[in-house]
Amino acid sequence: MIAIVDYGVGNLFSLSSSLKALGLETEITRDADKLRAADRIILPGVGAFGDARAKLDATGLVPVIQAEAARKPLLGICLGMQLLFDRGFEYGEHPGLGLVPGQVVDLHGALEDKTLKVPHMGWNSLQIVKDDPLFRYVRDGEYVYYVHSFYAADCLPSTLATSRYGNVDVTGVVRNGNVWGTQFHPEKSGNTGLRLLRAFAEL
Amino acid sequence: MLAKRIIPCLDVKDGRVVKGTNFEGLRDMADPVEMARFYNDSGADELVFYDITASVEGRNLFTDILRRVASEIFIPLTVGGGIRTLDDFDRVLKCGADKVSVNSGAIADPSIIGAAAKKYGDQCVVLSMDVKRVDGQFRLFAKGGREDTGIDAMEWAVRGVGDGAGEIVLNSIDTDGVKAGFDLEMLDALAARVSVPIIASGGAGNMEHFAQLFTHPGIDAGLAASIFHKKQVDIKELKRYLRAQGVEMRL
Repeated sequence: MIAIVDYGVGNLFSLSSSLKALGLETEITRDADKLRAADRIILPGVGAFGDARAKLDATGLVPVIQAEAARKPLLGICLGMQLLFDRGFEYGEHPGLGLVPGQVVDLHGALEDKTLKVPHMGWNSLQIVKDDPLFRYVRDGEYVYYVHSFYAADCLPSTLATSRYGNVDVTGVVRNGNVWGTQFHPEKSGNTGLRLLRAFAEL
Repeated sequence: MLAKRIIPCLDVKDGRVVKGTNFEGLRDMADPVEMARFYNDSGADELVFYDITASVEGRNLFTDILRRVASEIFIPLTVGGGIRTLDDFDRVLKCGADKVSVNSGAIADPSIIGAAAKKYGDQCVVLSMDVKRVDGQFRLFAKGGREDTGIDAMEWAVRGVGDGAGEIVLNSIDTDGVKAGFDLEMLDALAARVSVPIIASGGAGNMEHFAQLFTHPGIDAGLAASIFHKKQVDIKELKRYLRAQGVEMRL
């Protein structure tokens, strides 16, 4: 069973539907025992870093997620991926979960061409920089769907794939041990996203 | 790099897609779920659904269709039509919409934009506007383009973005239905004023019109309905053509 962490952040309809469409058993839950019993965990998220961290803290699940990440595959999606890092700088500095080294910074500040729109929203092609079982069914150059204004930096050793936006190689996929993260939304990235989720379920 | 987006728009009334459709090979030519599946397979980058029903039954039918589409189509879905309150946002987001488009609802109560952006995030709020030239001014129209509000459309867009609209759909009444190309002058005027993604609507008649559109760097997406429904333009072919013209396209 794949447990989707429910901490009141964002819309989980598409995520759970996409896993169901792949024939995978899933459960949206905030029950610590269910996270412990799950084969895999997905940490979703939409919104602002600090607010999401506070909501996650309020569930009391942070130590459970940190402990389970050592035992089973964990996938953070979008803001859920950003929360995996050491810290985030959206509306002030906030601590992350410390599961992947690096920090989450303002994309606009990193772009040289200030006419580029932020959020970075839409389909961008994925450059795979390090092969990984997560890419079993995904080829280099496939397009994935992003919506975000902050991005993960100082995380090159963990970076598996990036997407180019202006002068910035936006961190698209990261991995540290059992912990994976995608900045884009696989559940909104058409067949490419479904194939990536299938590979996650087979890790 | 970020790809330009091609977006078919489906107007749904009483559970059926309206605006003459001409699909061959589909079991039901006006079934929104079948059409969504077809467009997803054709490479549409996003789907827009407008609920144009007035009745309660029609509305329930619409959310039911939306739920079915979102259960099997995994690309961004934007929903509009009859969005006036936060409850309306909630209703369609729970059924799988990713973005919600407001038009007349925002004219009736502009505070809906800020309230929705605060609750769901800017990326979720799309400001859709019907605009027509009146006395040398780009004028905002309400009620499906039937009523001149007297409001300057560009000022309206700037205000909407300031309140939290994360994207704008600009439908030019002047070019809509004419099929002589998008309203590039109007779109450029908007791109000069706002920094959020702009979806162009109204006027597409052939593939060249999309190629012209994307020579304007401020425009992120092209939206159309009948030319896709009637298969005058095939999305797969259109995207291949645009890529050959040097436009970044997801293929």
